[in-house]
Order: sequence, then C-alpha cells, then structure tokens
Amino acid sequence: MRGVRWLLLKDLQILRRSPLQAVLLVAYPILIAVLVGFAISRGPEDPRVAFLNEVPPNTRIDVGGAELPKANVKERICKRVECVFVSDRAEAEEKVESGDVLAALILPADLVNKINSLSTLTPGVPEVEVLVNEENAVKAELVDDRITSLLAQANLTIARRIGAEGGRYLGLLVDGGQFSVLGETVQILGLRTTARILEGVTPALPPNLRPALEEVTEFAAQARDNLDVAKPLIDRLAQPIAVDKVVVGGASPPLEIFAIAVAATLTLAFVVVLLVAGSLALEREENAFPRLTRGLVSPGGLLGEKVLLGVAVGLAVTLLMLLGMQFFVPLELGRIGLWLVAILFSGAALGAAGAALGAAAREVRAVSLLAFMVTLPIAFLSLVPSGAVSPVVFDAIRYLTALFPFKPALQAITAALDEAGPGIGGPLLHLALLCAAYALIARLALRRFAAV
Amino acid sequence: MEATGVVKRFGSREALRGVSFKADPGEQVAVIGPNGAGKTTLLSILAGISKPDEGKVGAANGEIGWVPQQAALYRRLTVEENLLLFARLEGHEDPRGSVEEMLELTGLRDRRGEIVARLSGGNQQRINIAIGLLSRPAVLLLDEPSVGLDPRQRSRLWEFVSALADRGTTVIFSTHDIQEAERYGGRLLVLADGEALFDGPPDELREAVRREAPEAADRDFETAFVAYLHHRGH
Repeated sequence: MRGVRWLLLKDLQILRRSPLQAVLLVAYPILIAVLVGFAISRGPEDPRVAFLNEVPPNTRIDVGGAELPKANVKERICKRVECVFVSDRAEAEEKVESGDVLAALILPADLVNKINSLSTLTPGVPEVEVLVNEENAVKAELVDDRITSLLAQANLTIARRIGAEGGRYLGLLVDGGQFSVLGETVQILGLRTTARILEGVTPALPPNLRPALEEVTEFAAQARDNLDVAKPLIDRLAQPIAVDKVVVGGASPPLEIFAIAVAATLTLAFVVVLLVAGSLALEREENAFPRLTRGLVSPGGLLGEKVLLGVAVGLAVTLLMLLGMQFFVPLELGRIGLWLVAILFSGAALGAAGAALGAAAREVRAVSLLAFMVTLPIAFLSLVPSGAVSPVVFDAIRYLTALFPFKPALQAITAALDEAGPGIGGPLLHLALLCAAYALIARLALRRFAAV
Repeated sequence: MEATGVVKRFGSREALRGVSFKADPGEQVAVIGPNGAGKTTLLSILAGISKPDEGKVGAANGEIGWVPQQAALYRRLTVEENLLLFARLEGHEDPRGSVEEMLELTGLRDRRGEIVARLSGGNQQRINIAIGLLSRPAVLLLDEPSVGLDPRQRSRLWEFVSALADRGTTVIFSTHDIQEAERYGGRLLVLADGEALFDGPPDELREAVRREAPEAADRDFETAFVAYLHHRGH
C-alpha cells in the first residue's frame, strides 16, 4: 500500500504538470454544468412561424344556419408558436426562404366558407397552406411534427365547438327553450314538455283515440331518451379516443433531474475512463512498468492505484459539476451521502473498465481514441428508451449496455439525486460486479505489458 | 551472478539455448552479438522481468539493479522527483538522503529541478542508471546503455559505470558496439541465435578470431568479429 500512495502522488504531480489536461478536467464539467443548466432552466423556445390570415374579418363558422361563437384558432395557435404576422403570401415565402421563420401557415380567404359547406349537400375540403423550407431532414421532421400537432389542435377546437353547438340544439329539442334565428326569438317546446302535455290530455280523449295518442307519447319519450344518449356521443366525436396513462414500470425521475444525471455520468465516464486508461498506458510508454513491477509494486497494486486515481479525480470533478448545477436547479443536498456512494461505485467500475482498455491498448494515443470510441456510443445506446427501436434491437442494446458501467452508473446517480426515483441497490450491485470483471480483464491484459 | 543452462522460448522459436555464465563482484561483462541474438532476453531474465523456461539464475547476495535500454522514468517529473519517487518505492529510510547521494553520483545536482523531458539523452540515461542504483545493487544490468548517445556523453557514461565497478558492483551490459565491448568489458559473452559462442576476456576473443577466421585476423576487431560469427555458422 505504501507504493500505491507514492504512485498516486506521482500521477497527481504529472497531472499538475499538464496544465491543459488539468484545466480541461476542471473546465469540462463546469461547461457541461452551465450548458445543461441553461438548457433545463430556460426550457425549449417556441418555434417562429409566419402567420397569414386571409379569412375576411367577422366571418364565422355556421352550423345549420346558425353562427358558432369565435373559435379563437389564431390565438390558440399563437400560444404554441411564436407567430410572426405577415401581410401577404410573398412576405411569408420570403421569411421561410431566409430562415427567419421555421414555416408559414396561411389560412386562405375561403377557409370558413369551405368549413361551412361541410353541413351542406355539396361539401368542400377546407385546407390551410403550410410553407416550409426543408433544408435538412431534421428541420423538415420538426416542422412536420409541429404543424401536424398545431392543425390537430385547431381541428379539435373547431370540432369541440361544433359538437357543443350540436349538443345545445339537441338540448333544445329534448328540454325546450328559446332559439334565435334571423333576429327573431323562437320558443321551442321540447320533447320532454311535449310528452308531458300529451300525457296530460290523454285521459280527456275518447277511448278510441287514446291508443294512437299513447303511441305518439311513447315515441316522444323514446326520442327524448335516445337524444339524451346522443349528446355525449357528439361530445366524444371531437376526441373519440381519450388517453388514460398508467405507469406500469420504471419510476421516471423529473426531466431536469434525469438531464443532470446524464451530464454527471457522462462527465464521470469520460474523466475516469480517459484518466485511468491514459495513465496506465503512460506507465508503459515511459517504460516504467517493468521497473515498477520488479518488486516495487505488484501489478494488482498498480491497477488499484490507477482506479483510485480515477475515482478521486472523478469524484472531485463530478461533485464540482453537481454543485455547479445548484445555480440552475436546486438539488437535495441532504442526499449528498448517496451521491458519494453512487459516484464512488460508478467511478470504481468505470476506472476498472478504463484500466482494461489501457492495459489492452498500451499506447496513450490509441487508448484515448479507444476510450472515446467505446464510451461515446455506449453512452448514446444507454439512453435509447424501450419502444424507440424494434424489440430485437432493444434487447441487443440492453445486453450490450449492461456490459459497460455507463448505464448502471446513470441509474445509480439518478437514484441518488431523485428521492422518488428507482432504487439504488440494483445498480450498485451491477457496478460492483462489473468492477470485479473489468479488474480481472485488466489484470490478465497486464501480462502482455511486461513483454520487453 | 550466475546463470546455468538458461533456455527461453517464444512459441516455437528458441531465443536462448542453454546459456550459462558467471560474473564476479567488480567485473564488467559485455554481452555482444547481432540483432536477435538474445541479449535483451538474457538481461531481462537476469533482472527477473521474465522467467526462463529452463535453467537457473541467481545472485549470491544483494539486489540486482536493472537499467532498461530506453530510460524508464517519468519525463514530466523533475530529476529530483523521479529519484525521490523510486527511493520511496524502494522503501529507503531516508529517501531524500538517497536522492542527494544519487545526484552527487550522477553529477546532476545543479539540474535537480529540471523536467526530465528537457534533459539530453545522456543525462536521461544517467538518471536511468541512478534509479537502477537506488536499490544499492550488488549487480547492475544495463541493456544497451549507450544507444543514442553522442561520443562525449558515451564517454561520461562509461566513466560513471566504471567507477561503480571499481567500487565492487558487478556490471553486465549488452551492446552492439564491438569496440565499446572490447574497451569497457573485462569479459565478453558472445551470443548468436540464442547460443553462447564465447565467454572470456577480449584478448581471448581476438585469439579465437585469429584461429577460426585467419583471413580477417589483421582487419579491425569488428570486421574480424563478423568473420568469426560467419565461420561459426551465424
């Protein structure tokens, strides 16, 4: 153990002698913390959409000869995007082409007339026009999604209005009331009142006429009852399928906590894997390994020292990052004990993986490249949620990511940060097993190190 | 230091074929031979870095100091930090005292605070040797210590090594340079294809060359040596 102490001191001296490396180790987590902090504290900005409303003012949607109340479609759309009002189509096109706006939404002058034609014998097809500049696939996808979502919202709003009006008319038919048409107020009797009146006059009629009247009364009652059922049906037409979300697995943490956990795990993974793998490979590049292992320190001791170095630096850097995040999102400092446990276990497993990489690659440059080539894709794959890819591919990803400490480290750090999150025991056990396995691989790979 | 019947195989290839030799205290033994003769393999086995497949190696008493061909030290640390690290790893009771002693021995006291990477190859090699001496070894093994050094640096190096031998340290070194081996090696061990062809003082090797390759006897020692190897089938 005495040797390990002096080697650790030596590695820290070397780290201090490499100002660029040391600055990167401190600057990198601060940069990540600031970027993630800004991203999660400001929230996504609304996309800018040019909006051209050519529908003449005071044009209202008409159902069965009666105008609907204003649907306020423009206000609803402009709540979800930043509307840039334009005066004509040319201006809309210019703004889309220049990239000033993501897309342009044009409501043509005949839009309301075509909507109104839906309740006639010659229905038209109401259309809105969307101008987009599909300069790249991602942007095109984003615009499609946004516009589809906006129009679905608009359709839903209009359908609900129509449904509500239809329901109101049905209510008049069933229960009676007043109805305005062409400036005149008309009193509607209603089926319920009609049935009551008929039931009242039936005893006064001659017996031979009663059966016919009773049939009419029966029909009024049936119509009333069926129209009562039709009202909720009309309501449901606007949104026939409702969403009932039931969480059956995976205690999902709040998005900002998950983002912080991802940033912390990425930082820890890169710092620890690169540092451990690099410093182990450096022992060979400096030709010091054979000299050290000639009785000064055992190969196992050397590996332990490297993992310790990675854990110590990784712990400091990750804690610094998490404390930096405090400026953006308040974290529960009372759980700092769990943070430490999660970071220590994660650091040890990532350090052991780094040692295995360092022992296998043996050269610092090759090791740095290998560390990036392994860590980055594994980190991305670890973030793929189930359902995003086919079950077979997801299973393959699950098994692959289970072989590297990134995913269990992310789970452990998420659990440490979030009280309502998943348990920490499973990920810690997973990390302990991976630490032992990678340490064994590193120890075996070190045999090749000794070759002179 | 004694080696008896040392055999080392790498797969089907025999790098050393039953090499035996002995070196006494204060002796300077040069291990010479062409590339692939087994010089570095023999030294690494003597140093305990790799194990022989057959045969025995042992030193009568004391530590074995090993100085690899390429300087085994940390180039981003200073001269003093390197020496202090290895003195501590050796478990010296007074590591700083040992560092002062080595700085005196190597003549690098004035450059103790310099980063090793900025030193010349010769000075790096002196620190490399000094680290090998920190264990106060009875036997010092040097693997091609003068490679890459200019003549002045080489001269200072051998002056330094000879002084160690004068104080009783057994020095075993490998080299490609026949003149260097003849000049600084009290005894020569000639290896070719893993086989020990000759073990004796330089004068006896000249005699053997004269006997086995008489056509090259009057030429320079290196040419005569090559002719000798050729006559021995290498």
